[in-house]
Amino acid sequence: MFNPVELLRHLGAGVVERVWRLGVASRFFVALLLRSGTALRRYPLTLREIWFSGVLSLIIILVSGLFVGLVLGLQGYEILQRYGSAEALGTMVALSLLRELGPVVAGLLFASRAGSAITAEIGLMKATEQLTAMDMMAVDPVARVVAPRFWGGVISMPLLAALFSTMGIFGGWLIGVVFIGVDDGAFWSQMQASVDFRYDILNGVLKSAVFGVAVSLIAVFEGYDSAPTAEGVSRAITRTVVTSALAILALDFVLTSFMFRELS
Amino acid sequence: MSEDLLVQIENLQFDYGGKPVLRGIDMRIPKGKVVAIMGGSGCGKTTLLRCIGGQLRPTAGKVRVHGAVVNEMRQAEVYALRRRMGMLFQFGALFTDLSVFDNVAFPLREHTDLPEALIQNLVLMKLEAVGLRGARDLMPNSLSGGMARRVALARAVALDPALIMYDEPFTGLDPISLGVIGQLIRRLNDALGATSIMVTHDIQESLVIVDYIYFISDGKVVAEGAPEDIRHSEDPFVRQFVHAEADGPVPFHMPAPPFAEDLGVAAARGAAHV
Repeated sequence: MFNPVELLRHLGAGVVERVWRLGVASRFFVALLLRSGTALRRYPLTLREIWFSGVLSLIIILVSGLFVGLVLGLQGYEILQRYGSAEALGTMVALSLLRELGPVVAGLLFASRAGSAITAEIGLMKATEQLTAMDMMAVDPVARVVAPRFWGGVISMPLLAALFSTMGIFGGWLIGVVFIGVDDGAFWSQMQASVDFRYDILNGVLKSAVFGVAVSLIAVFEGYDSAPTAEGVSRAITRTVVTSALAILALDFVLTSFMFRELS
Repeated sequence: MSEDLLVQIENLQFDYGGKPVLRGIDMRIPKGKVVAIMGGSGCGKTTLLRCIGGQLRPTAGKVRVHGAVVNEMRQAEVYALRRRMGMLFQFGALFTDLSVFDNVAFPLREHTDLPEALIQNLVLMKLEAVGLRGARDLMPNSLSGGMARRVALARAVALDPALIMYDEPFTGLDPISLGVIGQLIRRLNDALGATSIMVTHDIQESLVIVDYIYFISDGKVVAEGAPEDIRHSEDPFVRQFVHAEADGPVPFHMPAPPFAEDLGVAAARGAAHV
Protein backbone atom coordinates (compact mmCIF):
# COMPACT_ATOMS: atom_id res chain seq x y z
CA MET A 1 0.00 0.00 0.00
CA PHE A 2 2.23 2.79 -1.29
CA ASN A 3 1.03 6.24 -0.42
CA PRO A 4 3.21 9.10 -1.70
CA VAL A 5 1.64 11.70 0.62
CA GLU A 6 2.27 9.50 3.63
CA LEU A 7 5.86 8.95 2.49
CA LEU A 8 6.42 12.69 2.09
CA ARG A 9 4.90 13.34 5.50
CA HIS A 10 7.22 10.73 7.04
CA LEU A 11 10.23 12.28 5.35
CA GLY A 12 9.29 15.76 6.49
CA ALA A 13 8.68 14.59 10.05
CA GLY A 14 12.09 12.90 10.05
CA VAL A 15 13.86 16.07 8.88
CA VAL A 16 12.00 18.27 11.38
CA GLU A 17 12.79 15.82 14.16
CA ARG A 18 16.52 15.85 13.32
CA VAL A 19 16.77 19.62 12.98
CA TRP A 20 14.91 19.97 16.27
CA ARG A 21 17.34 17.58 17.94
CA LEU A 22 20.27 19.54 16.56
CA GLY A 23 18.75 22.63 18.15
CA VAL A 24 18.39 20.85 21.49
CA ALA A 25 22.02 19.72 21.27
CA SER A 26 23.17 23.29 20.51
CA ARG A 27 21.26 24.68 23.48
CA PHE A 28 22.75 21.92 25.60
CA PHE A 29 26.23 22.92 24.37
CA VAL A 30 25.67 26.56 25.35
CA ALA A 31 24.32 25.54 28.77
CA LEU A 32 27.30 23.25 29.22
CA LEU A 33 29.77 26.05 28.42
CA LEU A 34 27.99 28.47 30.75
CA ARG A 35 28.13 25.98 33.60
CA SER A 36 31.72 24.89 33.10
CA GLY A 37 32.98 27.08 35.94
CA THR A 38 32.81 24.27 38.49
CA ALA A 39 34.66 21.80 36.28
CA LEU A 40 37.54 24.22 35.74
CA ARG A 41 37.64 25.68 39.26
CA ARG A 42 37.52 22.26 40.88
CA TYR A 43 40.11 20.81 38.53
CA PRO A 44 40.43 17.41 40.33
CA LEU A 45 36.96 16.60 38.93
CA THR A 46 38.25 17.16 35.39
CA LEU A 47 41.59 15.47 36.09
CA ARG A 48 39.72 12.35 37.10
CA GLU A 49 37.89 12.35 33.75
CA ILE A 50 41.16 12.87 31.87
CA TRP A 51 42.32 9.71 33.59
CA PHE A 52 39.21 7.81 32.51
CA SER A 53 38.96 8.96 28.91
CA GLY A 54 42.63 9.74 28.26
CA VAL A 55 44.91 7.47 30.23
CA LEU A 56 42.68 4.41 29.97
CA SER A 57 42.51 4.87 26.16
CA LEU A 58 46.31 4.83 25.91
CA ILE A 59 46.73 1.12 25.19
CA ILE A 60 44.35 1.01 22.23
CA ILE A 61 45.73 4.31 20.86
CA LEU A 62 49.40 3.31 21.14
CA VAL A 63 48.95 -0.19 19.73
CA SER A 64 46.75 1.02 16.85
CA GLY A 65 49.21 3.83 16.09
CA LEU A 66 52.06 1.35 15.90
CA PHE A 67 50.19 -0.94 13.51
CA VAL A 68 49.00 1.90 11.28
CA GLY A 69 52.64 3.07 11.11
CA LEU A 70 53.85 -0.42 10.23
CA VAL A 71 51.34 -0.70 7.39
CA LEU A 72 52.17 2.80 6.14
CA GLY A 73 55.85 1.82 6.11
CA LEU A 74 55.18 -1.31 4.05
CA GLN A 75 52.75 0.24 1.57
CA GLY A 76 54.68 3.50 1.34
CA TYR A 77 57.95 1.75 0.58
CA GLU A 78 56.29 -0.50 -1.99
CA ILE A 79 54.87 2.50 -3.89
CA LEU A 80 57.81 4.89 -3.47
CA GLN A 81 60.49 2.47 -4.60
CA ARG A 82 58.67 2.13 -7.95
CA TYR A 83 59.70 5.73 -8.55
CA GLY A 84 63.11 5.23 -7.01
CA SER A 85 62.39 7.55 -4.12
CA ALA A 86 62.31 5.18 -1.16
CA GLU A 87 64.19 7.78 0.94
CA ALA A 88 61.01 9.90 0.89
CA LEU A 89 59.38 7.24 3.09
CA GLY A 90 59.92 9.36 6.23
CA THR A 91 58.15 12.32 4.64
CA MET A 92 55.26 10.22 3.46
CA VAL A 93 54.71 8.46 6.78
CA ALA A 94 55.01 11.65 8.83
CA LEU A 95 52.77 13.81 6.65
CA SER A 96 49.98 11.26 6.30
CA LEU A 97 49.96 10.69 10.05
CA LEU A 98 50.26 14.29 11.19
CA ARG A 99 47.79 15.72 8.72
CA GLU A 100 45.14 13.00 8.46
CA LEU A 101 45.53 9.58 10.02
CA GLY A 102 46.61 10.73 13.46
CA PRO A 103 43.63 12.98 14.21
CA VAL A 104 41.07 10.92 12.28
CA VAL A 105 41.92 7.39 13.40
CA ALA A 106 42.66 8.49 16.97
CA GLY A 107 39.32 10.34 16.92
CA LEU A 108 37.44 7.25 15.74
CA LEU A 109 39.14 5.09 18.37
CA PHE A 110 38.49 7.72 21.03
CA ALA A 111 34.79 7.81 20.11
CA SER A 112 34.42 4.06 20.42
CA ARG A 113 36.55 3.67 23.57
CA ALA A 114 35.95 6.81 25.64
CA GLY A 115 32.86 8.33 23.98
CA SER A 116 30.78 5.19 24.38
CA ALA A 117 31.91 4.86 28.02
CA ILE A 118 30.90 8.45 28.79
CA THR A 119 27.47 7.96 27.19
CA ALA A 120 26.94 4.70 29.06
CA GLU A 121 27.95 6.19 32.39
CA ILE A 122 25.78 9.31 32.12
CA GLY A 123 22.88 7.31 30.65
CA LEU A 124 22.97 4.79 33.49
CA MET A 125 23.24 7.55 36.08
CA LYS A 126 20.09 8.99 34.55
CA ALA A 127 18.30 5.64 34.40
CA THR A 128 19.02 4.92 38.08
CA GLU A 129 17.80 8.41 39.12
CA GLN A 130 21.31 9.45 40.23
CA LEU A 131 21.08 12.66 38.19
CA THR A 132 17.64 13.45 39.61
CA ALA A 133 18.93 12.74 43.11
CA MET A 134 21.84 15.10 42.53
CA ASP A 135 19.47 17.76 41.25
CA MET A 136 17.30 17.33 44.36
CA MET A 137 20.43 17.85 46.48
CA ALA A 138 20.73 21.26 44.80
CA VAL A 139 23.79 20.12 42.84
CA ASP A 140 23.52 20.88 39.13
CA PRO A 141 24.20 17.61 37.23
CA VAL A 142 25.32 19.49 34.11
CA ALA A 143 27.99 21.33 36.10
CA ARG A 144 28.98 18.41 38.33
CA VAL A 145 28.72 15.38 36.01
CA VAL A 146 28.54 16.51 32.39
CA ALA A 147 31.02 19.40 32.20
CA PRO A 148 34.02 17.57 33.75
CA ARG A 149 33.51 14.66 31.35
CA PHE A 150 33.25 17.01 28.40
CA TRP A 151 36.43 18.92 29.27
CA GLY A 152 38.27 15.73 30.14
CA GLY A 153 37.54 14.48 26.61
CA VAL A 154 38.43 17.80 24.98
CA ILE A 155 41.82 17.85 26.73
CA SER A 156 42.59 14.16 26.18
CA MET A 157 41.83 13.99 22.47
CA PRO A 158 44.70 16.14 21.03
CA LEU A 159 47.19 14.43 23.36
CA LEU A 160 46.03 11.00 22.24
CA ALA A 161 46.22 12.02 18.57
CA ALA A 162 49.78 13.29 19.09
CA LEU A 163 50.78 10.01 20.73
CA PHE A 164 49.09 8.09 17.92
CA SER A 165 51.12 9.99 15.30
CA THR A 166 54.32 9.50 17.28
CA MET A 167 53.79 5.76 17.54
CA GLY A 168 52.90 5.65 13.84
CA ILE A 169 56.13 7.39 12.82
CA PHE A 170 58.04 4.99 15.04
CA GLY A 171 56.26 2.07 13.32
CA GLY A 172 57.08 3.43 9.86
CA TRP A 173 60.72 3.82 10.87
CA LEU A 174 60.78 0.31 12.31
CA ILE A 175 59.58 -1.26 9.06
CA GLY A 176 61.30 1.06 6.60
CA VAL A 177 64.70 1.51 8.24
CA VAL A 178 65.19 -1.47 10.54
CA PHE A 179 63.58 -4.24 8.50
CA ILE A 180 63.65 -3.09 4.84
CA GLY A 181 66.85 -1.08 5.03
CA VAL A 182 65.95 2.45 3.90
CA ASP A 183 68.78 4.83 4.77
CA ASP A 184 68.36 6.03 8.34
CA GLY A 185 69.75 9.51 7.73
CA ALA A 186 67.65 10.07 4.62
CA PHE A 187 64.49 8.90 6.41
CA TRP A 188 64.83 11.48 9.19
CA SER A 189 66.42 14.37 7.28
CA GLN A 190 63.81 14.26 4.52
CA MET A 191 61.10 14.23 7.14
CA GLN A 192 62.69 17.14 8.97
CA ALA A 193 63.04 19.14 5.76
CA SER A 194 59.49 18.69 4.52
CA VAL A 195 57.36 18.77 7.67
CA ASP A 196 56.45 22.34 8.57
CA PHE A 197 55.62 23.02 12.19
CA ARG A 198 52.76 25.43 11.63
CA TYR A 199 51.42 24.12 8.36
CA ASP A 200 51.46 20.41 9.15
CA ILE A 201 51.75 19.86 12.87
CA LEU A 202 49.60 22.70 14.22
CA ASN A 203 46.89 22.08 11.65
CA GLY A 204 46.85 18.44 12.72
CA VAL A 205 46.59 19.42 16.38
CA LEU A 206 43.79 21.83 15.53
CA LYS A 207 41.92 19.05 13.75
CA SER A 208 42.24 16.72 16.72
CA ALA A 209 41.03 19.49 19.06
CA VAL A 210 37.93 20.03 16.88
CA PHE A 211 37.28 16.27 16.86
CA GLY A 212 37.73 16.24 20.63
CA VAL A 213 35.03 18.87 21.09
CA ALA A 214 32.69 17.11 18.64
CA VAL A 215 33.08 13.61 20.09
CA SER A 216 32.91 14.75 23.72
CA LEU A 217 29.83 16.86 23.06
CA ILE A 218 28.06 14.03 21.21
CA ALA A 219 28.97 11.58 23.99
CA VAL A 220 27.72 13.70 26.89
CA PHE A 221 24.64 14.87 25.01
CA GLU A 222 23.54 11.38 23.99
CA GLY A 223 24.04 10.16 27.55
CA TYR A 224 22.16 13.05 29.10
CA ASP A 225 19.38 12.84 26.52
CA SER A 226 18.99 9.05 26.57
CA ALA A 227 15.71 7.37 27.49
CA PRO A 228 16.14 6.19 31.11
CA THR A 229 15.84 2.47 30.33
CA ALA A 230 18.26 -0.32 29.44
CA GLU A 231 17.17 -0.13 25.81
CA GLY A 232 17.41 3.66 25.75
CA VAL A 233 20.97 3.63 27.07
CA SER A 234 22.09 1.00 24.57
CA ARG A 235 20.59 3.00 21.71
CA ALA A 236 22.29 6.15 22.98
CA ILE A 237 25.68 4.38 22.97
CA THR A 238 25.14 3.22 19.39
CA ARG A 239 24.18 6.75 18.36
CA THR A 240 27.31 8.15 20.03
CA VAL A 241 29.63 5.89 18.06
CA VAL A 242 27.81 6.30 14.72
CA THR A 243 27.27 10.06 14.97
CA SER A 244 30.84 10.65 16.18
CA ALA A 245 32.30 8.68 13.28
CA LEU A 246 30.21 10.60 10.74
CA ALA A 247 30.99 13.92 12.41
CA ILE A 248 34.73 13.22 12.44
CA LEU A 249 34.84 12.25 8.77
CA ALA A 250 32.65 15.15 7.63
CA LEU A 251 34.54 17.70 9.75
CA ASP A 252 37.82 16.29 8.49
CA PHE A 253 36.82 17.00 4.90
CA VAL A 254 35.76 20.55 5.74
CA LEU A 255 38.89 21.27 7.79
CA THR A 256 41.23 19.78 5.17
CA SER A 257 39.72 21.85 2.39
CA PHE A 258 40.26 25.00 4.44
CA MET A 259 43.68 24.18 5.87
CA PHE A 260 45.56 22.82 2.88
CA ARG A 261 44.64 25.42 0.28
CA GLU A 262 46.95 24.39 -2.53
CA LEU A 263 45.09 21.08 -2.79
CA SER A 264 42.05 22.73 -4.30
CA MET B 1 -2.49 30.72 56.61
CA SER B 2 -1.60 29.38 60.01
CA GLU B 3 2.00 29.51 61.17
CA ASP B 4 2.76 25.87 61.79
CA LEU B 5 2.25 24.63 58.22
CA LEU B 6 5.43 23.64 56.43
CA VAL B 7 3.90 22.65 53.10
CA GLN B 8 0.65 23.90 51.75
CA ILE B 9 -0.74 22.78 48.42
CA GLU B 10 -3.62 24.63 46.80
CA ASN B 11 -5.62 23.37 43.83
CA LEU B 12 -2.56 21.74 42.28
CA GLN B 13 -3.02 20.59 38.68
CA PHE B 14 -0.53 18.91 36.43
CA ASP B 15 -0.81 17.72 32.82
CA TYR B 16 1.60 15.31 31.27
CA GLY B 17 1.55 15.67 27.50
CA GLY B 18 -2.02 16.96 27.55
CA LYS B 19 -3.19 14.16 29.83
CA PRO B 20 -4.19 15.39 33.30
CA VAL B 21 -2.31 13.61 36.09
CA LEU B 22 -3.22 15.82 39.04
CA ARG B 23 -6.65 17.47 38.95
CA GLY B 24 -6.76 19.91 41.83
CA ILE B 25 -5.03 18.67 44.97
CA ASP B 26 -5.30 20.47 48.32
CA MET B 27 -3.07 19.45 51.19
CA ARG B 28 -1.80 20.95 54.42
CA ILE B 29 1.27 19.44 56.00
CA PRO B 30 2.04 20.72 59.51
CA LYS B 31 5.57 21.03 60.87
CA GLY B 32 6.99 18.04 62.71
CA LYS B 33 4.54 15.49 61.32
CA VAL B 34 5.01 12.39 59.19
CA VAL B 35 2.39 12.43 56.44
CA ALA B 36 1.72 9.60 54.01
CA ILE B 37 0.32 10.09 50.53
CA MET B 38 -1.24 6.86 49.34
CA GLY B 39 -2.86 5.61 46.21
CA GLY B 40 -2.60 2.97 43.55
CA SER B 41 0.34 2.79 41.19
CA GLY B 42 0.37 5.56 38.58
CA CYS B 43 -2.11 7.84 40.37
CA GLY B 44 0.26 10.81 40.38
CA LYS B 45 1.86 10.42 43.81
CA THR B 46 5.44 10.76 42.58
CA THR B 47 4.44 13.67 40.34
CA LEU B 48 3.10 15.41 43.42
CA LEU B 49 6.41 14.90 45.22
CA ARG B 50 8.32 16.29 42.23
CA CYS B 51 6.10 19.37 42.28
CA ILE B 52 6.89 19.96 45.96
CA GLY B 53 10.61 19.64 45.24
CA GLY B 54 10.32 22.07 42.32
CA GLN B 55 11.46 19.55 39.71
CA LEU B 56 8.14 19.75 37.88
CA ARG B 57 6.15 22.91 37.37
CA PRO B 58 2.41 22.43 37.85
CA THR B 59 -0.03 23.55 35.17
CA ALA B 60 -2.07 25.44 37.75
CA GLY B 61 -2.25 25.88 41.49
CA LYS B 62 0.37 26.60 44.12
CA VAL B 63 2.88 24.71 46.22
CA ARG B 64 4.04 26.65 49.26
CA VAL B 65 7.02 25.54 51.33
CA HIS B 66 7.91 27.75 54.30
CA GLY B 67 5.22 30.07 52.93
CA ALA B 68 7.05 30.71 49.63
CA VAL B 69 5.51 29.53 46.36
CA VAL B 70 7.85 26.91 44.88
CA ASN B 71 6.42 26.96 41.38
CA GLU B 72 7.07 30.68 40.98
CA MET B 73 10.71 30.55 42.07
CA ARG B 74 13.75 31.01 39.86
CA GLN B 75 16.22 28.11 39.59
CA ALA B 76 18.66 29.65 42.11
CA GLU B 77 15.87 30.04 44.67
CA VAL B 78 14.72 26.47 44.10
CA TYR B 79 18.29 25.28 44.70
CA ALA B 80 18.49 27.36 47.89
CA LEU B 81 15.24 25.75 49.06
CA ARG B 82 16.40 22.24 48.21
CA ARG B 83 19.39 22.58 50.51
CA ARG B 84 16.83 22.36 53.29
CA MET B 85 15.10 19.35 51.74
CA GLY B 86 16.19 15.74 51.71
CA MET B 87 14.76 13.13 49.38
CA LEU B 88 14.94 9.36 49.46
CA PHE B 89 14.41 7.80 46.04
CA GLN B 90 12.60 4.58 45.34
CA PHE B 91 15.76 2.51 44.89
CA GLY B 92 18.10 4.80 46.80
CA ALA B 93 19.78 6.37 43.75
CA LEU B 94 23.20 6.13 45.38
CA PHE B 95 26.11 7.32 43.27
CA THR B 96 27.57 4.05 42.02
CA ASP B 97 31.07 5.46 41.52
CA LEU B 98 31.39 6.61 45.15
CA SER B 99 31.77 4.55 48.32
CA VAL B 100 29.13 4.57 51.06
CA PHE B 101 31.15 7.13 53.00
CA ASP B 102 31.60 9.43 50.00
CA ASN B 103 27.92 9.15 49.12
CA VAL B 104 26.88 10.43 52.53
CA ALA B 105 29.64 13.04 52.45
CA PHE B 106 28.56 14.27 48.99
CA PRO B 107 26.03 16.95 50.05
CA LEU B 108 28.38 18.14 52.82
CA ARG B 109 31.30 18.49 50.42
CA GLU B 110 29.20 20.19 47.75
CA HIS B 111 27.46 22.70 49.99
CA THR B 112 29.81 23.40 52.88
CA ASP B 113 33.47 24.30 53.36
CA LEU B 114 33.78 22.15 56.46
CA PRO B 115 37.22 20.68 57.16
CA GLU B 116 37.62 17.03 56.23
CA ALA B 117 37.92 15.93 59.89
CA LEU B 118 34.52 17.44 60.71
CA ILE B 119 32.94 15.92 57.60
CA GLN B 120 34.27 12.54 58.70
CA ASN B 121 32.60 12.92 62.12
CA LEU B 122 29.30 14.07 60.62
CA VAL B 123 29.21 11.22 58.10
CA LEU B 124 29.97 8.64 60.77
CA MET B 125 27.19 10.06 62.95
CA LYS B 126 24.68 9.80 60.11
CA LEU B 127 25.81 6.27 59.26
CA GLU B 128 25.60 5.29 62.93
CA ALA B 129 22.02 6.59 63.02
CA VAL B 130 21.04 4.14 60.25
CA GLY B 131 23.21 1.38 61.75
CA LEU B 132 25.68 1.16 58.86
CA ARG B 133 28.86 2.72 60.24
CA GLY B 134 30.52 -0.62 59.52
CA ALA B 135 29.67 -0.37 55.80
CA ARG B 136 31.44 2.93 55.21
CA ASP B 137 34.08 1.55 52.84
CA LEU B 138 31.74 -0.62 50.76
CA MET B 139 30.65 0.34 47.25
CA PRO B 140 26.90 0.67 46.59
CA ASN B 141 26.80 -2.38 44.31
CA SER B 142 27.78 -4.65 47.23
CA LEU B 143 24.88 -3.50 49.43
CA SER B 144 21.52 -5.26 49.75
CA GLY B 145 18.38 -3.34 48.77
CA GLY B 146 17.56 -2.52 52.38
CA MET B 147 21.08 -1.40 53.20
CA ALA B 148 21.25 0.80 50.09
CA ARG B 149 17.97 2.43 51.15
CA ARG B 150 19.43 3.12 54.62
CA VAL B 151 22.61 4.66 53.18
CA ALA B 152 20.45 6.82 50.91
CA LEU B 153 18.48 7.85 53.98
CA ALA B 154 21.70 8.86 55.76
CA ARG B 155 22.62 10.89 52.67
CA ALA B 156 19.17 12.52 52.53
CA VAL B 157 19.51 13.76 56.13
CA ALA B 158 23.20 14.72 55.85
CA LEU B 159 22.42 18.44 55.87
CA ASP B 160 19.77 18.12 58.62
CA PRO B 161 16.87 19.08 56.32
CA ALA B 162 13.64 20.67 57.51
CA LEU B 163 11.63 18.56 55.04
CA ILE B 164 12.32 14.95 54.12
CA MET B 165 10.50 13.35 51.20
CA TYR B 166 10.29 9.63 50.60
CA ASP B 167 9.39 8.16 47.22
CA GLU B 168 8.12 4.60 47.78
CA PRO B 169 10.59 3.85 50.59
CA PHE B 170 9.26 0.30 51.15
CA THR B 171 9.25 -1.05 47.60
CA GLY B 172 10.98 -4.40 47.19
CA LEU B 173 12.11 -4.82 50.80
CA ASP B 174 11.86 -7.93 52.94
CA PRO B 175 9.65 -7.61 56.07
CA ILE B 176 12.59 -7.00 58.42
CA SER B 177 14.19 -4.28 56.28
CA LEU B 178 10.76 -2.79 55.76
CA GLY B 179 10.20 -2.50 59.51
CA VAL B 180 13.70 -1.05 59.98
CA ILE B 181 13.15 1.65 57.34
CA GLY B 182 9.72 2.46 58.82
CA GLN B 183 11.15 2.92 62.30
CA LEU B 184 14.05 4.99 60.93
CA ILE B 185 11.68 7.33 59.12
CA ARG B 186 9.78 7.98 62.32
CA ARG B 187 12.86 8.24 64.55
CA LEU B 188 14.87 10.50 62.23
CA ASN B 189 11.88 12.79 61.77
CA ASP B 190 11.44 13.24 65.50
CA ALA B 191 15.17 13.45 66.30
CA LEU B 192 15.82 16.09 63.63
CA GLY B 193 12.61 17.99 64.32
CA ALA B 194 11.88 17.64 60.63
CA THR B 195 8.70 17.12 58.65
CA SER B 196 8.30 14.08 56.44
CA ILE B 197 6.18 13.39 53.39
CA MET B 198 6.04 9.78 52.33
CA VAL B 199 4.60 8.53 49.08
CA THR B 200 3.79 4.85 49.40
CA HIS B 201 1.21 2.16 48.90
CA ASP B 202 2.21 0.11 51.93
CA ILE B 203 -0.84 0.70 54.09
CA GLN B 204 -0.02 -1.57 57.05
CA GLU B 205 3.42 -0.04 57.72
CA SER B 206 2.09 3.49 57.18
CA LEU B 207 -0.76 3.03 59.67
CA VAL B 208 1.86 2.30 62.33
CA ILE B 209 4.31 5.14 61.80
CA VAL B 210 2.54 8.16 60.29
CA ASP B 211 0.46 10.96 61.82
CA TYR B 212 -1.84 11.60 58.89
CA ILE B 213 -2.75 9.95 55.60
CA TYR B 214 -4.00 11.36 52.31
CA PHE B 215 -5.50 9.03 49.71
CA ILE B 216 -5.19 10.03 46.09
CA SER B 217 -7.09 8.47 43.24
CA ASP B 218 -7.38 9.70 39.69
CA GLY B 219 -5.45 12.88 40.50
CA LYS B 220 -7.64 13.95 43.41
CA VAL B 221 -7.63 13.60 47.18
CA VAL B 222 -10.44 11.12 47.87
CA ALA B 223 -9.96 10.55 51.59
CA GLU B 224 -7.80 11.74 54.45
CA GLY B 225 -7.44 11.24 58.17
CA ALA B 226 -5.34 10.08 61.09
CA PRO B 227 -4.46 6.34 61.14
CA GLU B 228 -7.17 5.54 63.71
CA ASP B 229 -9.90 7.11 61.53
CA ILE B 230 -8.55 5.39 58.44
CA ARG B 231 -8.64 1.98 60.12
CA HIS B 232 -12.31 2.34 60.96
CA SER B 233 -13.31 4.26 57.87
CA GLU B 234 -16.45 3.23 56.02
CA ASP B 235 -15.34 4.99 52.85
CA PRO B 236 -15.41 2.35 50.10
CA PHE B 237 -12.11 3.48 48.56
CA VAL B 238 -10.30 3.44 51.91
CA ARG B 239 -11.82 0.07 52.78
CA GLN B 240 -10.65 -1.39 49.49
CA PHE B 241 -7.16 -0.05 50.09
CA VAL B 242 -6.85 -1.05 53.74
CA HIS B 243 -8.19 -4.56 53.16
CA ALA B 244 -6.41 -4.98 49.81
CA GLU B 245 -9.55 -5.96 47.90
CA ALA B 246 -9.03 -6.60 44.21
CA ASP B 247 -12.19 -4.90 42.98
CA GLY B 248 -14.09 -1.90 44.26
CA PRO B 249 -14.00 1.82 43.51
CA VAL B 250 -10.59 1.11 41.95
CA PRO B 251 -11.64 -1.34 39.23
CA PHE B 252 -9.75 -4.56 38.56
CA HIS B 253 -10.14 -4.08 34.82
CA MET B 254 -8.52 -1.34 32.83
CA PRO B 255 -11.12 0.21 30.49
CA ALA B 256 -11.23 -1.88 27.30
CA PRO B 257 -13.62 -2.72 24.49
CA PRO B 258 -16.01 -5.63 25.23
CA PHE B 259 -14.09 -8.87 25.72
CA ALA B 260 -16.09 -10.78 23.08
CA GLU B 261 -15.27 -8.13 20.50
CA ASP B 262 -11.52 -8.35 21.25
CA LEU B 263 -11.57 -12.13 20.90
CA GLY B 264 -13.46 -11.85 17.64
CA VAL B 265 -16.29 -13.99 19.10
CA ALA B 266 -19.00 -11.47 18.26
CA ALA B 267 -17.79 -11.23 14.67
CA ALA B 268 -17.68 -15.01 14.32
CA ARG B 269 -21.19 -15.36 15.69
CA GLY B 270 -22.34 -12.69 13.25
CA ALA B 271 -20.71 -14.57 10.39
CA ALA B 272 -22.45 -17.83 11.39
CA HIS B 273 -25.85 -16.19 11.08
CA VAL B 274 -25.25 -15.17 7.47
